[in-house]
Amino acid sequence: MQINSPAFKENARIALHDVNLQKALGNLKAGFPTKRAAAVARMPEFEQLRDEGTALKNHILENLDIYLEQFEENVVKNGGHVHWCRTSKDACKTILDICKEVDAKTVTKGKSMVSEEINLNDYLEKNGVEPIETDLGEYILQLRGDHPSHIIAPAIHLNLEDVSDIFHEKHHRPKSSDPAVLMQEAREMLRQKFASADVGITGANFFVAETGSTIIVTNEGNGDLTQTLPKTHIVVTSIEKVVPTLEDMTLFLRLLARSATGQEFTVYNTLSTGPRRAGDQDGPENFHVVLVDNGRSEMVGSEFQEMLRCIRCSACMNHCPVYGAVGGHSYGWVYPGPMGSVLTPKMIGIENAGLLPNASTFCGKCESVCPVRIPLPKLMRHWREDEFSRHLSPKAVRWGLGGWAFFAKRPALYRILSSSSNLFLRLAAGKKGRIKKLPLASGWTNWRDMPAPSGKTFMQQYKSGKKD
Amino acid sequence: MQSSQKPIQVGLFVTCLVDMFRPSIGFATIKLLESAGCQVEVPEAQTCCGQPAFNSGDKKTTQEIARQTIQAFDGYQYVVGPSGSCIGMLHYYVDLFDEDDPWKARAESLKSRAFEITSFLTDVLNFDQVLASYEGHATYHDSCSGLRQLGIKQQPRKLLAKVAGLELSEMEEAETCCGFGGTFCVKYADISNRMVENKSTYIQDSGATTLLGGDLGCLLNMAGKLKREGHNIEARHIVEVLAGMTDEPAIGEAAYSLGKPL
Ligand code: SF4
Repeated sequence: MQINSPAFKENARIALHDVNLQKALGNLKAGFPTKRAAAVARMPEFEQLRDEGTALKNHILENLDIYLEQFEENVVKNGGHVHWCRTSKDACKTILDICKEVDAKTVTKGKSMVSEEINLNDYLEKNGVEPIETDLGEYILQLRGDHPSHIIAPAIHLNLEDVSDIFHEKHHRPKSSDPAVLMQEAREMLRQKFASADVGITGANFFVAETGSTIIVTNEGNGDLTQTLPKTHIVVTSIEKVVPTLEDMTLFLRLLARSATGQEFTVYNTLSTGPRRAGDQDGPENFHVVLVDNGRSEMVGSEFQEMLRCIRCSACMNHCPVYGAVGGHSYGWVYPGPMGSVLTPKMIGIENAGLLPNASTFCGKCESVCPVRIPLPKLMRHWREDEFSRHLSPKAVRWGLGGWAFFAKRPALYRILSSSSNLFLRLAAGKKGRIKKLPLASGWTNWRDMPAPSGKTFMQQYKSGKKD
Repeated sequence: MQSSQKPIQVGLFVTCLVDMFRPSIGFATIKLLESAGCQVEVPEAQTCCGQPAFNSGDKKTTQEIARQTIQAFDGYQYVVGPSGSCIGMLHYYVDLFDEDDPWKARAESLKSRAFEITSFLTDVLNFDQVLASYEGHATYHDSCSGLRQLGIKQQPRKLLAKVAGLELSEMEEAETCCGFGGTFCVKYADISNRMVENKSTYIQDSGATTLLGGDLGCLLNMAGKLKREGHNIEARHIVEVLAGMTDEPAIGEAAYSLGKPL
C-alpha cells in the first residue's frame, strides 16, 4: 500500500467534507461500540480477563524466542514449513517462491492485514500471480482498486450504493441494492475461484507454540474455503501473534470477539495444524507459515514493546473520536486509528508518519477499551518526544513552545505576561465577552468564538485582596 | 468539617487558564474549600502544570516546570485545583524522573496530595454540605483526564444533586472528548471543530440550558462553539454553581469587568 501519511491533514480535510464517508462513519459509531458495551456488561469478569490477557502477552513477549522456536519445531513435526522473514520484501519473495514451486496462476486470499503491510497483492501481480480476495469487504475493495480503512471491517468507509455500483460495473449483472442479492452475487463469482486456485493464503489471528497450529477467526467462512481447497496453504503472520498453548489462545479469542464486534465468539474459528494427513478428508498438501518480523523484534525491549501486545481487535479505532471524524484512509497507511498512530511510525519511519501520533487529544478512550491495556496515549507521547529530541517537530511548534516555556519557568515574568495578555484579550473582546476573530489564534476562531477573560487575572485579584 | 478541628492546609493550584480567563473559578474553589473547613493558600511560584510541553514531547522543559511546581507546593497537606486535566498532569510528574532521582520521591509525595476539587470534597473530605441553589436545567460533560486518569464520574454528580433547584439531565456521549486537547484544537483545528460540533449537538439534544464541566479548557471550547452557532446555552464551571457564585455572566457572555476599571 502506498504511503500517504504525510498528507494526513489534507486527507482529513477531504474526509471531513465527504458526505458518504461521514454517513458510513456514523454507522460505525452506532454499531461496534454499542455492541462491545453490551458484551462487556454481560460479562462481569471482563476486567479480570483483560488483566490476564495483558499479563500473558507480557510473558510471551519476554519469552518470544522460546515460543517461536517451539512453534517452528511443532510445525515441522506436523510436516509443514516455517519461513522467517525479516523484511516485507523477504516475506513477499518467500511467498512468491512457494507459489512458483507449485506453478500457481491464481491464489485465493483470506483477510490479512499483514499481507497489506508487506504489500503482497501488488508484488504477486507484478510477478504473474493473480491474488483474489475472498473476504467480502476485501473483495469489494479489490474490485474498486481500493484499500482497507479499518482492520476488521475493511470496507467500512463504503455505503451500500458504492457496493451496488461496483458490482453492477464489474459483474455485468442487473443493478441491485438488496444486500442479500449482492451477497449471492459475490458468492457466485468467488465459488469458481475457490475451486480453481492453486494456493490459498490466509493470515493468522494467533498461532500456538505447543501444537504448531495457526488459527483464523471470521464471520463469513471464506477463510475455510481459502485454506482447505487449494493444494498449498500459506499462512502469513507476524511474530508477536504466538501464544504458548491452546488454552491461552482461547483467552485471547474471548477478548478479541467481545472487543471487536461485541460477539461472545466469532462464527468461524478455524485451526490449521500442518498439511493433510493420510486419511484426512480434505486439507492442503503443503503447509507453509511465513513469519514476518518487519521491525517487530526491534520493538522488543524498547519503549514500544507494549504495542506488541496488540491483538488487532480494532476497539481503539472504533472508539476514537478522531478516527470517527476522519476515517481510516486519512491515516495514509495500513494501520489506522490509535494503534496505527503508534505502529505506523515504527514501520514507515517517524519522518513519514509524525503527524499521526500528534493527531490525538490524549482523551484516553482508546486505552480504556483496549483489551490488553496498551497505554496508547503514552506510546504516542513517546513518538512526540522522539520527534522533539530529533528536532523533527515543526518550527512553529518549537518556537511557540520555547516562548511559552521561557515565561512558565519564571513566575514573576509570567504574571506580567498573563496580566497583559489578559488585558489585551478583554480589550479585543470589547463588551461582548468573546472574540470572533483573533489572527494569532485563527485555528480557534475560524470555527468557534474565543471567550474573553471575565476580569483581571486571578493572581491580580487575589493579590489585591479581592476574595469573591 | 468541624471548626474545632485543626484546619486542613490546602495549597490552591489555580491553573493557568483559570488565572487568565476565569478568575471566578479560583475564588469559587477557595470558597468551597473554606466551607469544608480548609485553610487555603495560593503559592506564588506556580504558573502552569506543564502540559503543553509534556504533550509536545519536550521532556526537559516539562521536568523543569515539574520541579518548580513541586517546590511551590512543598509542605501543603493537600494540593487542590479546579481541573482534572491539570491535577492529572501533577500526577504524571512521577513518570518524569528516574528511580534514583531525589525528585522522584518528591513527585510521588505531590501525587499523593494532589486532588481535583470535586474528588477532594467527595473522596477525601466526605463533604456534602452544599448550600447553593441554582434554578436551571443542566447537563454535565465528563472531561477526559478527570474521568479516565482520576476516575471522576460520580463525584460532581453527587455534589450537584445537593444543589437546590438544579435539574440534571445526562447528554448522550457525555464521556466523549470535546476536541479541545490543549494544542490539538489549534494544530488540528478542523478535526477539533468536528468533535466540538458533535458535542454541541449532544448538549442541545439533552434539553439543558446550562452546560457544566470541571475543566475550563473544555468549557472554553464548547462555549465558544455554542456561541458561534448562536445557541442560548450557558457554560459554567461546576464550582461556580456549587459555591453559589453564578451572578456573573457565563463563559463567553458579556464581560462584566469592563464596566469596572480594568
Ligand atoms: S491497540 Fe488494543 S484496542 Fe487497539 S487494536 Fe490493538 S488490542 Fe485492540
